[in-house]
Amino acid sequence: MGAPGPRGVLRGEKNLEKITTDHPHGVGASAARPDGILKVRGEFAYSSDLWAEDMLWGTALRAPHARARIRSVDVSAALALPGVHAVLTHEDVPGRRTYGLEIEDQPVLAVDQVRYHGEPVAVVAADHPETARRAAAAIAVDYEVLEPICTEEQALDPARYGYVHAPAEYRGKAAGNVLHRQRVVSGGGVTDAVRARADVVVRGEYRVGMQDQAFLGPESGLAVPAEDGGVDLYVATQWLHVDRRQMAPVLGLPEEKVRISLAGVGGAFGGREDLSMQIHACLLAQRTGRPVKVVYGREESFFGHVHRHPATLRYEHGATRDGRLVYVDARIVLDGGAYASSSPAVVGNAASLGVGPYEVPHVSMEALALYTNNPPCGAMRGFGAVQACFAYESQLDRLAAALDMDPVELRQRNAVREGSLMPTGQRIDSPAPVAELLRRVKALPLPPAAGPDVRELPGALSNSTHGEGVVRGVGYAVGIKNVGFSEGFDDYSTARVRLEVIGGEPAAMVHTAAAEVGQGGVTVHGQIARTELGVERVTIHPADTGVGSAGSTSASRQTYMTGGAVRLACEAVREALFARGRARYGWTHDDLSLAGGKVVSAADGVLAGVAELLGGEYVEETRVYRHRPTQPLHPETGQGFGHVQYSFCAHRAVVDVDVELGLVRVVELAAAQDVGRAVNPSAVVGQIHGGSVQGLGLAVMEEIQVSEGKVRNPSFTDYLIPTILDTPPQPVDVLELADPHAPYGLRGAGEAPTLSSTPAVVSAIRAATGLTLDRVPVRPEHLTVQRPPTG
Amino acid sequence: MEFLRPATWDEALTLKAELPQAVPIAGGTDVMVELNFDRRRPPALLDLGGVAELGGWESDGAVVRLGASVPYTRIIEELSGPLPGLALAARTVGSPQIRNRGSVGGNLGAASPAGDSHPPLLAAGRGVQVEAASVRGTRLIPIDAFYLGVKRHALEPDELIRAVRIPVADGPQQFSKIGTRNAMVIAVCAFALALHPDDRTVGTGLGSAAPTPRRAVEAEEFLAGALAEGGLWESGGALDGAVARRFGELVAAAASPIDDVRGSAQYRRHALAVMARRTLAWCWAEYGERLERSAA
Repeated sequence: MGAPGPRGVLRGEKNLEKITTDHPHGVGASAARPDGILKVRGEFAYSSDLWAEDMLWGTALRAPHARARIRSVDVSAALALPGVHAVLTHEDVPGRRTYGLEIEDQPVLAVDQVRYHGEPVAVVAADHPETARRAAAAIAVDYEVLEPICTEEQALDPARYGYVHAPAEYRGKAAGNVLHRQRVVSGGGVTDAVRARADVVVRGEYRVGMQDQAFLGPESGLAVPAEDGGVDLYVATQWLHVDRRQMAPVLGLPEEKVRISLAGVGGAFGGREDLSMQIHACLLAQRTGRPVKVVYGREESFFGHVHRHPATLRYEHGATRDGRLVYVDARIVLDGGAYASSSPAVVGNAASLGVGPYEVPHVSMEALALYTNNPPCGAMRGFGAVQACFAYESQLDRLAAALDMDPVELRQRNAVREGSLMPTGQRIDSPAPVAELLRRVKALPLPPAAGPDVRELPGALSNSTHGEGVVRGVGYAVGIKNVGFSEGFDDYSTARVRLEVIGGEPAAMVHTAAAEVGQGGVTVHGQIARTELGVERVTIHPADTGVGSAGSTSASRQTYMTGGAVRLACEAVREALFARGRARYGWTHDDLSLAGGKVVSAADGVLAGVAELLGGEYVEETRVYRHRPTQPLHPETGQGFGHVQYSFCAHRAVVDVDVELGLVRVVELAAAQDVGRAVNPSAVVGQIHGGSVQGLGLAVMEEIQVSEGKVRNPSFTDYLIPTILDTPPQPVDVLELADPHAPYGLRGAGEAPTLSSTPAVVSAIRAATGLTLDRVPVRPEHLTVQRPPTG
Repeated sequence: MEFLRPATWDEALTLKAELPQAVPIAGGTDVMVELNFDRRRPPALLDLGGVAELGGWESDGAVVRLGASVPYTRIIEELSGPLPGLALAARTVGSPQIRNRGSVGGNLGAASPAGDSHPPLLAAGRGVQVEAASVRGTRLIPIDAFYLGVKRHALEPDELIRAVRIPVADGPQQFSKIGTRNAMVIAVCAFALALHPDDRTVGTGLGSAAPTPRRAVEAEEFLAGALAEGGLWESGGALDGAVARRFGELVAAAASPIDDVRGSAQYRRHALAVMARRTLAWCWAEYGERLERSAA
């Protein structure tokens, strides 16, 4: 199928849609990012660079305890400091005192108790950030410290350990300290009779540590009080309209008086789905009548956003002797932390995707999220599918060993394909080339053995080995991720497109509320407009709430959803333009298209220039795009058409492990992924590279360490993310097998690579060490002094 | 907070005498982290960036006098020959940007048990001395007496570090460090070894393994003894595996590590033993090659 390479984009045979306009900077081209040069030069304005005349600086006082009652808060010393303009507690909140993405359970400022280490208790505005920090430190809070509820055992025994949210205040979707629970049962479940059909059974209990999104641009924004009593907020976020929906009731304002504009976003990965400083800055701006800027430092950032759910996953797989899966019986427990955030949806993903991209006749799956006094967890790239993928892929390796079968062969034998049934009863109705993706990564040539240069060895310049103890291992994994919002959510995006003439040339303006967080939405939305309107000049209007919601920049959905909306709006603009021509010139053609700034008939050639047709006027259309509807999952059986689209990626990891010191160097991380249609091939490869490295980080280093509810490493000194020297060569093989339900046949690409890279790396470490390794991240201790059993 | 910028060394000493709480800052790679995390709020910073002589080094062939603010990048580029252990350690410091700014003087001033330059300084021999200066004069503090506790050192409040005097290597030196990623990492633990054929001694240094950087004295004496007993200094003959193992055990035993976010005490001991064995093997191989070359 052609030689793979770092940019080896391979076209599948199943491209259903032909793009009529083959625009050089349109759909399918590796168009350059409009913000790329600014970012590389360090000239791009991020939200932390915002500035307004006469602005104040806001900061929060955060709880030093994981669980405590607040006996009193005395702000007088803070207010007495010169330069301090306001000190606010929950008593100063004009409207609702709680908010939340799905469940409104999180106080804007702590009310009589704190439920996690770092929970905001009060906010301060001062004329200098240092003054604000000193004022916050001067607030006297009298805490009655309580024993935190931190473990599964504690959370599931509220009679003994208590409630994170007292029953009278509980707003979750289950009861006790269970936030949400989802079962998936298929094929009648896993009965004794089913178990009896399995020749081989493997069991495992797996753990996933708390990963952080570790975006580089800290939470920041600027709130400006408006003359109409409302507020204008400039902020780095992922979903402008859902921020507004949560903010307005707290601020006591109608939604139209809360106007939000996207400021420059320095990465997100899910960590900006929940509110951080938005309400705090607006409250302070309302109170002081002055613009208020809030910028978190790195340490506060670790407390200021949700993390990936730590998880405990217990799996039992049964298979026949010839390697056919008979059943999967599994229980996934996710630590949701103190507040709900997006935990219910994460649970839904873990449950419905929990057996992986495999055909399994009998499934009994239960996934739940717990309330604890640990830091709140929510959205992060991969969203519930990451934790499950580490467990089911570890199980597949274990099963392959038990069957004495090649692990890739075992996976291929059970892989889903188009037409397969998921455990939810949903039939996969577009390409699902799982076996082919595995075949492709396996067929790649293996990298050569490490040379004598220490930089090529585990530990690199730390000079811990010159080859002693170094053993190579190879591992494989594949994963399945949903694209877009699932379970019956009314998921849509809005786009406004204007076509006008500027300087004698037709130009398009695309206006959406889609948050550009670094993923390249601004690039692909421009490409779509070029292709659909046949123009060269496209401007992307800054994202704001002046246009309808675009939905979140998450769930691998913005190229699909906002791309779909831009395409619809462009089609409407095109039709409006043709209608002008028909009215003015009496055209009767049904073969019109736009190309090179002209209206072209396939039969008669150029009919008119766009500039001539528009005269001095413009055409503007706004359209809403919805993906096909999904259904909620049945609460007891998990049955339902729950997901819009599935996305698949496979990895092969090659590692060198210093088995004496427990140090790992990932030598190569190859990926193969089906993206339906690569709207921007270069950006697609970038997504696959970035997602794979994030998964590598979870495999070998990234973890927020929490002990008794306290975060122990809130800094980049001790929360390690891969550097370029930890980032191996990553050959990428991109398939384009069109999904007939999606715009241009595309398949959301951003998350799938984050899933399988973690288990592939761990599988390779297992191959090198012979250890079982049930937990990520794998630490040097786990490979040496605290070795798990071999097996 | 005051920001003091002396243009000369004398001016710096005068300012430090007038305001002993002033924190000296050169590259800022440690001090700025402390300030940014609000761990300390000194009344003044004493910026030594304008004092040119701190940024240079000189050598008489026997001892290198390394100015306090010579950045790691220059140590790597210019001093890998005379100070191989320190240069190896310098390579593991932070990122290229940090190595362009950070210096041994700063490492000593911070006196963190995790400072990468401490182990090779300890291993380089008893001749290593910190040149501490004040308006009262200059004194030389032997490196063994410099580290007093976690982030505490033997400087008087009015003293500044002018330079470090390090004997030119008379034998092979090695440095090895454990980090949980392949670059830009604070040591989980570190080990430096230096063979001193001139006086037939062995030098060691342990990092991130105790409240202060420290030597493994018993291990040094054991190894020096074993080398002497077997006539190995003269012959360069193969080292017994049992000697290497015992050396590793004694190095591990010299540590008093803790459990923290970077690693467990048990792992640190284990890794020190492994690094001790490996660095010994590398040094000994190099020593053998040197003997062969000089014989030829």
